[in-house]
Amino acid sequence: MSTHRLATPGAFRVLTWHLVAYKRFWKANVLSSVVQPLLYMLGLGVGVGALVDSNTGSSDVLGGASYVAFVAPGLLVTTAMALGAMESMWPVMGGLRWSRGYHGIIATSLTPRDIVLGHGVWMVVRCGLASAAVAVALACFAETRSWGLAPGVVISVWVGLAFAMPIMAFSVNAEMDGSFAAVQRFVVIPLFLFGGAFYPLTQLPAAVAWVARATPLWHGVVTARQFTQGTVVWAAVLGHLAFIGLWVVGGTLVAERRMRKKLYQ
Amino acid sequence: MSGLLFRIAPPVMAVRRPHRMIERHLLAYRHQWLIIVSGFFEPLFYLLSMRAGLGDLVGTVRFGGAEVPYDQFVAPALMASSAMNGAIFDSTGNVLGRLKYFRLYDAALATPMTPADVAVGEIGWALLRGQLYAVSFLAVMWGMGLIGSPWVILALPACALIGFTFAAIGFAGTTFMRGWQDMDIVNTALMPLFLFSATFFPTSSYGKWEWVVQLSPLYHGVALVRAANSGVWTAGIIGHVAVLLGLALIALAIAARRLDHLLRK
Amino acid sequence: MSGPLITAHQLVKRFGDFTAVAGIDVEVRKGEVFGFLGPNGAGKSSTMRMIACVSPVTSGELRLFGLDPATHGSQIRGRIGVVPQMDTLDTELTVEENLRIYGRFFDLPRAECRRRSAELLEFAQLTERASSVVENLSGGMKRRLSIARSLINEPELLLLDEPTTGLDPQARHVLWDRLYRLKQQGVTLVLTTHYMDEAEQLCDRLVVMDQGRIVAEGSPRSLIEQHSTREVLELRFAAGTNESFEAQVAGLGDRHEVLPDRILIYADDGEGALAAAHARGLQPESALVRRASLEDVFLHLTGRTLVD
Repeated sequence: MSTHRLATPGAFRVLTWHLVAYKRFWKANVLSSVVQPLLYMLGLGVGVGALVDSNTGSSDVLGGASYVAFVAPGLLVTTAMALGAMESMWPVMGGLRWSRGYHGIIATSLTPRDIVLGHGVWMVVRCGLASAAVAVALACFAETRSWGLAPGVVISVWVGLAFAMPIMAFSVNAEMDGSFAAVQRFVVIPLFLFGGAFYPLTQLPAAVAWVARATPLWHGVVTARQFTQGTVVWAAVLGHLAFIGLWVVGGTLVAERRMRKKLYQ
Repeated sequence: MSGLLFRIAPPVMAVRRPHRMIERHLLAYRHQWLIIVSGFFEPLFYLLSMRAGLGDLVGTVRFGGAEVPYDQFVAPALMASSAMNGAIFDSTGNVLGRLKYFRLYDAALATPMTPADVAVGEIGWALLRGQLYAVSFLAVMWGMGLIGSPWVILALPACALIGFTFAAIGFAGTTFMRGWQDMDIVNTALMPLFLFSATFFPTSSYGKWEWVVQLSPLYHGVALVRAANSGVWTAGIIGHVAVLLGLALIALAIAARRLDHLLRK
Repeated sequence: MSGPLITAHQLVKRFGDFTAVAGIDVEVRKGEVFGFLGPNGAGKSSTMRMIACVSPVTSGELRLFGLDPATHGSQIRGRIGVVPQMDTLDTELTVEENLRIYGRFFDLPRAECRRRSAELLEFAQLTERASSVVENLSGGMKRRLSIARSLINEPELLLLDEPTTGLDPQARHVLWDRLYRLKQQGVTLVLTTHYMDEAEQLCDRLVVMDQGRIVAEGSPRSLIEQHSTREVLELRFAAGTNESFEAQVAGLGDRHEVLPDRILIYADDGEGALAAAHARGLQPESALVRRASLEDVFLHLTGRTLVD
């Protein structure tokens, strides 16, 4: 008997598996993907924006932009971060423990690597859809409408992966779902708040700002902001993207190693 | 005497052992204390972020005829929101799991416990946990010099009322849920409440839409906590309390009835 | 106390248009093991839930310890133990904590909960797993823990809904052994099952239920004597051809049943019937003579097999 290569790469077969499960939920999902950022825009952008813009001196801190325009790329990127993180916690534990779908996958000719890469491709799809939805919401406002939103979506997806892959690696060995609440509360939410999405890091104490700079979120936000505000410096863009890439690649490698150990133990 | 009581209130509605439910949760959370502790940090992070990041940008907010620093404006609102969030999460996701997936209530009802014991016990637990957070948040506010008046101590019962209202609403809503996918609805519903309850900017920012804010139950809670912290009491307080209490009682009646219907088929 | 522990008279349970229990009369006496036997959907579980006071009676009369579940549900539940069909163990607690907190639901003092938990862990052979998380137990262990938990209030009456469904043979025997011990201690047991061997092994008396009604009542032995012959001859022919042999097996025994997978011939002398079959030139792919069981009783009463 010969072991012939699959016609489609394994990762894409795993993607199909995700898509089938998603078919039942996508409608509610797309709705909340559009509605949530729209609400954030109205609340934080327009509401708080009015307070910020009426305060003399704020516009210098924001580099001359209105507050809404400043926040917009932040929303784009944080949405992808939150989704990439969330979808790499409970669903991964579920695949290993509850529904045990991953065990079903490796019973076929697919491998743990396919599961990890398939999850990555799946996250590209999900984060892409969600950030595109945010971009659509942002395009509804004159102040935030810009062609820079398109590269912004791409950057968001890259950031989404930079969270999804390392968190997947974490989830493989997580003992109970309580630790996910901790990731949510000690990683995702603090980054959402302190990661440079809602104000420049210069507002923060230097130590906190440096921690924020070490995370992929901030790099994504400032890069996306360069595009939406039309202040692109290509060398900086490449540097930021490469830094985010370290998290993506590192996370993928660790996730694959752990997944292999877990599934073949 | 007890015979008469039976005829007035059906025995399934009898509340005798709600504290047993709380005892069970105390035991269960001994394994998951991290979840309890982490719940405190979420509002704290929001407060720190608003203070450090947005405080400078916004400057002061006109509230109650005075210019109030932004962090002092936001802090009571965050306290009220976290009372809401805590109560909702305890009474939706956790209750749904216990009701449908872990069948904790089925087990409890095979003992002398009644559906009303379960409902009151769950809401009581949500309240207790909420008070724990409220007290610690108050301590943080004090440490950051955000306390405006000694009346602020009344923010604790105010948070208990907010917790009670939202726990009852959450519990009632959960009895209608089909499964985990409906938790999306909860998250989507919470966000506008969080953003548009005069939390991050005063009602005056809404212009002619100011009346819409009145529809949010959280707004009434925020108003109570703010009144406590500013020490300025107006007749409107009675209205805010009445709204929250009225909603709570309606939701509680629905919750007990639905739970009985679900568990005693 | 004398008199029956449970009396049900014309007991009915309806869910909307669907009648799950269609007027049954039952009496369970103190100290006996009483069984509800029937296929899925016969109304056993609905009956059990009414007896457990977690499902309101639609009509008819139900009394436990002489009390009405509608008015004294809480008190009655305080005196019974329930092992539900699906385990409802608390997955957020350890094995020992499951027992302890359950005792608290019955208002037992903490020290007493601890003492009884230790005893019951011993009884359920789970002492070594006391601090394990429930999730990591095997099916048989979970079932034993469920039974141990139901005993925390030292119930006078224990209700078991399908206690061994889904367990492997060895785990079932361990469980039966534990139930025997309870019986010896004088606990009244009421159980539902669709396993014949379980009913025969455990029950002093049972009722056979079908479509919400009781179709027969008695001890396993007397039911078999009443509704079946002493022995049964099972013949299997090539798949799908059983029916074509119906005419040829007629008269080999008192009566016969043609099932999709085999033909049953009821005869007091099974070997004799087999010899007669061979004499007629029948050449089944396999032939088996066995003692009659409750399965045959059920088949005779309802025309259907129990496990389908």
